[in-house]
Amino acid sequence: MRPALRAAAALAAGVLAAGLAGCAARPGDAGDAGKTVTVFAAASLKAPFTALAEQFEAAHPGTTVTLSFAGSSDLATQISQGAPADVFASADANTMARLSGAGLVEGPPRDFASNVLTIAVPPGNPASIASFADLARPGVRTVICAAQVPCGAAAKAVGQGAGVTLKPVSEESSVTDVLGKVASGEADAGLVYVTDVLAARDKVQEVPFPGAEQAVNTYPIAAVRTAKHKEHAAAFIEAVLGPDGQQFLRGAGFGTP
Amino acid sequence: MRIRRRRDSAYNGIPRWVMAMAAVGALLVLLPLAAMLGRVNWPQFIPLITSESSLTALGLSLRTAAASTVLCVVFGVPLALVLARGDFPGQRLLRSFVLLPLVLPPVVGGIALLYAFGRQGLLGQSLEIAGIQIAFTTTAVVLAQTFVALPFLVVSLEGALRSAGSRYEAVAATLGARPTTVLRRVTLPLVLPGLASGAVLSFARSLGEFGATLTFAGSLQGVTRTLPLEIYLQRETDADAAVALSLLLVIVAVVVVGLSYRGPAPAGSVSRTARPGAPWRVAA
Repeated sequence: MRPALRAAAALAAGVLAAGLAGCAARPGDAGDAGKTVTVFAAASLKAPFTALAEQFEAAHPGTTVTLSFAGSSDLATQISQGAPADVFASADANTMARLSGAGLVEGPPRDFASNVLTIAVPPGNPASIASFADLARPGVRTVICAAQVPCGAAAKAVGQGAGVTLKPVSEESSVTDVLGKVASGEADAGLVYVTDVLAARDKVQEVPFPGAEQAVNTYPIAAVRTAKHKEHAAAFIEAVLGPDGQQFLRGAGFGTP
Repeated sequence: MRIRRRRDSAYNGIPRWVMAMAAVGALLVLLPLAAMLGRVNWPQFIPLITSESSLTALGLSLRTAAASTVLCVVFGVPLALVLARGDFPGQRLLRSFVLLPLVLPPVVGGIALLYAFGRQGLLGQSLEIAGIQIAFTTTAVVLAQTFVALPFLVVSLEGALRSAGSRYEAVAATLGARPTTVLRRVTLPLVLPGLASGAVLSFARSLGEFGATLTFAGSLQGVTRTLPLEIYLQRETDADAAVALSLLLVIVAVVVVGLSYRGPAPAGSVSRTARPGAPWRVAA
């Protein structure tokens, strides 16, 4: 019985592995006839990178750009676990430094954009937020990012700079969650990036405040060392840094690096 | 449970290919857990899981899961009774809706809860006027957990009620027992094992609840940041802490589920004295 069971387990493992291998369609495998550049980019880059990718494909016939958007640290983890990315665009320098320190990207990363925090309030500004200090007013439900994520670290820096101690009702893991809490009207105000407010259009209103520039978030980009199509990866990075890429980024609210 | 185990040991003619498939199934569950064990930073394990934020999150998780389980029992038992014993138009529809949270992505549950109990929500506006705030409070966590865990109790209990059949209830009623007496003295003792396993499943599901909580309740240490949310946050900066906390959550879940499924649960003994025959076996 025992050996039979062991054999069955081995067989089962084989079946499982074969089954999973069958399911795993890797981007980049299929497109060898026409080349594919797989770009892992921070979620905030969705609009400008989607537009740029279309233009890049038009300018390089036969090349397909596959975009994967998620939180920067998620993407970095995926890349360090061997995800088939050619280019990585991070929303903060620390996350990129983690990959570059591990030797997983080509050469030094290049900064291509910057982003600053702003106050987002629900349409109509129900709590009448007019300044950064209003966020700490008793009764105001403020939501920020947790200090562990870049937008939270920036919120902390801005708060210290303004001499205001925030007492948030929630410290979210991502800026998207902060925006969601504001857009749904659950929170009276939230600290998000300028680009988030622009992308959310009429779902939230912006209350700009002086001192936001005390915490500027820089976005670095680099080619992944295991990139399949190195020259195409390099070309895409040039496109991001070039006038067209910069124009798309400006349009989405990003600042110069 | 006990009866089924005895029957399995009496008959053991499982085809080998079934065993092979079972092994695949077991591997699918065990392999990732084993892989996670391999990544645990053992020298740092105790400091990591006993940090202040970890203990706060664990305590909050245990408290909210216990509260949700109580709510699941309070509302799930009547629901299961109505679904198993009732006969009314729309019963199947009601069942489908009650079971919906089983198949809904929790984040969808969170959005739905937001539109019901949020500040701008259906009930939330009146609650706000009454001075009751739900969003960003521990109440929101309990609500989210109850929402996702309730079907587990209803499914378990409805199954137990159906297998138990209504013969003994009918006999009790002919002997002059009132419906509430029948429920208390006959029905509930008969299905106590089913109720217990349903409650355990609800507790376990509440403990693991993440998506609805994140969407609906927010995340603040000691108030709404349960262990799964703490793991999600820690993983941004400290992979070791995230893995250690994950293992802690697995251990808690295994202990809770393991303890309640095994051992001489008082639930089993009560039901044994209460049932004259073995209604489960009769029904099967």
